[in-house]
Amino acid sequence: MPQGDYIERHRKLHGYRHDHFERKRKKEAREVHKRSAMAQKALGIKGKLFAKKRYAEKALMKKTLAMHEESSSRRKVDDDVHEGAVPAYLLDRDTTTRAKVLSNTIKQKRKEKAGKWEVPLPKVRPVAEDEMFKVIRTGKRKTKQWKRMVTKATFVGPSFTRKPPKYERFIRPSGLRFNKAHVTHPELKCTFNLEIIGVKKNPNGSMYTSLGVLTKGTIIEVNVSELGLVTPAGKVVWGKYAQVTNNPENDGCVNGVLLV
Amino acid sequence: MEVEAQQRDVNNVMCQLVDPEGTTLGPPMYLPQDVGPQQLQQMVNKLLSNEDKLPYTFYISDQELVVPLESYLQKNKVSVEKVLSIVYQPQAIFRIRPVNRCSATIAGHSEAVLSVAFSPDGKQLASGSGDTTVRLWDLSTQTPMFTCKGHKNWVLSIAWSPDGKHLVSGSKAGEIQCWDPLTGQPSGNPLVGHKKWITGISWEPVHLSSPCRRFVSSSKDGDARIWDVTLRRCVICLSGHTLAVTCVKWGGDGVIYTGSQDCTIKVWETSQGKLIRELKGHGHWVNSLALSTEYVLRTGAFDHTGKQYSSAEEMKQVALERYKKMKGNAPERLVSGSDDFTMFLWEPSVSKHPKTRMTGHQQLVNHVYFSPDGQWVASASFDKSVKLWNGITGKFVAAFRGHVGPVYQISWSADSRLLLSGSKDSTLKIWDIRTKKLKQDLPGHADEVFAVDWSPDGEKVASGGKDKVLKLWMG
Repeated sequence: MPQGDYIERHRKLHGYRHDHFERKRKKEAREVHKRSAMAQKALGIKGKLFAKKRYAEKALMKKTLAMHEESSSRRKVDDDVHEGAVPAYLLDRDTTTRAKVLSNTIKQKRKEKAGKWEVPLPKVRPVAEDEMFKVIRTGKRKTKQWKRMVTKATFVGPSFTRKPPKYERFIRPSGLRFNKAHVTHPELKCTFNLEIIGVKKNPNGSMYTSLGVLTKGTIIEVNVSELGLVTPAGKVVWGKYAQVTNNPENDGCVNGVLLV
Repeated sequence: MEVEAQQRDVNNVMCQLVDPEGTTLGPPMYLPQDVGPQQLQQMVNKLLSNEDKLPYTFYISDQELVVPLESYLQKNKVSVEKVLSIVYQPQAIFRIRPVNRCSATIAGHSEAVLSVAFSPDGKQLASGSGDTTVRLWDLSTQTPMFTCKGHKNWVLSIAWSPDGKHLVSGSKAGEIQCWDPLTGQPSGNPLVGHKKWITGISWEPVHLSSPCRRFVSSSKDGDARIWDVTLRRCVICLSGHTLAVTCVKWGGDGVIYTGSQDCTIKVWETSQGKLIRELKGHGHWVNSLALSTEYVLRTGAFDHTGKQYSSAEEMKQVALERYKKMKGNAPERLVSGSDDFTMFLWEPSVSKHPKTRMTGHQQLVNHVYFSPDGQWVASASFDKSVKLWNGITGKFVAAFRGHVGPVYQISWSADSRLLLSGSKDSTLKIWDIRTKKLKQDLPGHADEVFAVDWSPDGEKVASGGKDKVLKLWMG
């Protein structure tokens, strides 16, 4: 490559050679044959690399040619006949294939067996026992420490009667007891104030489930008879599950989302 | 003598015979309580002065009367003091034997069979398939007769002209081809005009114009076109629907009904292509339409006697008589089945509001069909049941359960006593209308059944489906 501008300078001063353009044209024409000769003669790794490059160029050229050959005027409909012919009344409907339906039912059965349910809040922060319970000292000298008071919101149910105070280990203060929950329907996006029927599962442990503790992520059953839902068989639905979405002990109310 | 008759101590009941539309027949009369359906039949024949003894069925408050009046009255504790109105319904004179065996499984198509249709005289059978061919089958030897090639994509719908001289088929490519059923050759070039696939084809009734020239086709592109077979072009384009037109029917009064995915049904007049009425009411796609006179329009001048007609004029006359007899004085009724799980009964010439809403299905209604005598409507739904409704009032009568997959298509026998249904579970089932129960189960298909048809002479049933074979069933 020229390391200066002397060639351009000469061209500007004296113009091109008289046969410059012809020679250029012919040299470029000979390039094709030279390349071909090199492709055939090159050996070893050099040959392989060159062949790879050449093939890539060929594929690219073929693609551009095919693109140009595509006519610009579009046909009205697709020309190819697809497999899986369906009659006109099934054409606009996407029917799930039988295999998919079967695998779906099997997956659902497996999930039910494992006890895994799809819930809006799959993971919740675990609540430690010292956060959940407050140790109550009792006795004449206040040395006995076997009683615990629940510091979170609870649900006890209408027919709840306390055990004799001398023997009850867990105290659920009536100020932290809730009967109603503000449950939101996820699709309709409206909230209803529904009665709690019971606590189904508390993710922190089965002990808390049996105590009826309502923390964030607890699955509760609410009375939806006032929503007027009906099953496909015609029976009236009166209980549905909901998941608690707030910390009731901080807010003073239980908020949840309905599991549909 | 008289004393003896009185001592026999048979109570009398005051009865009044009423026809299905409500007009009374004869004065109210005292009938002894041991009168049964046979005696009532004789009386009706006498009062109507019928020459041949036509069979009738009798209904008291929508329940069929099969036992003598006495046992009926005792069972239902009907008071003898009021006039008892007995509704009589004429039945077909001929009785179709139920089919119970597969007489032939004819292979021939290389892809699923999408539509099956018998010719109006019941002598020929045509089927359209996903392998882009239409095949004509020989019914006497039960072998393939002609293969009509010419379509570019799946053949979605086929329709015979009511005089049996033309066969027209529509494909997924939007083209319509006309075939000559006697030679299997195309009658000309394909008729192009629609831009998307053809969803339905319906011919002009033969009593309006004979020989048959015009037919209407509906397409996914939202319009319906009226074509002329002799001119070989589209004469009128009925556009107005905003979404796909799913079904089209040419009514006996010379109007065209189109049902569409935009939840409306439009009524068009046929000389100019103007919109007469728009029937709104459905909440989702309209899947299927049925007319009360549909069977008569489809079969034209042919009936169960199998008589052939030579001239077009004669055919027109006979078809007109049959149509008038079928229609009676009542206006034409239209039933539409929709994706919103309900059906509506309309009287389009009277009002644009529906007469009855027929609810009860738990999944979308795919196909509705009036019985040939217009007394019943049957609906096939994806909830695996077939429901039977009264064809005049639209009241629910019975549900036929038995299928284990969505029911795709139904077909009536020519005497309106048997109903055939084909479903995704690969079986066909025949239901008896009188007993409201399953009459015959026809298993045998290897895959979903897409199309069923009962021949107008009642002898054979043809069914085709995803397993690519055509099955013929006989009694």
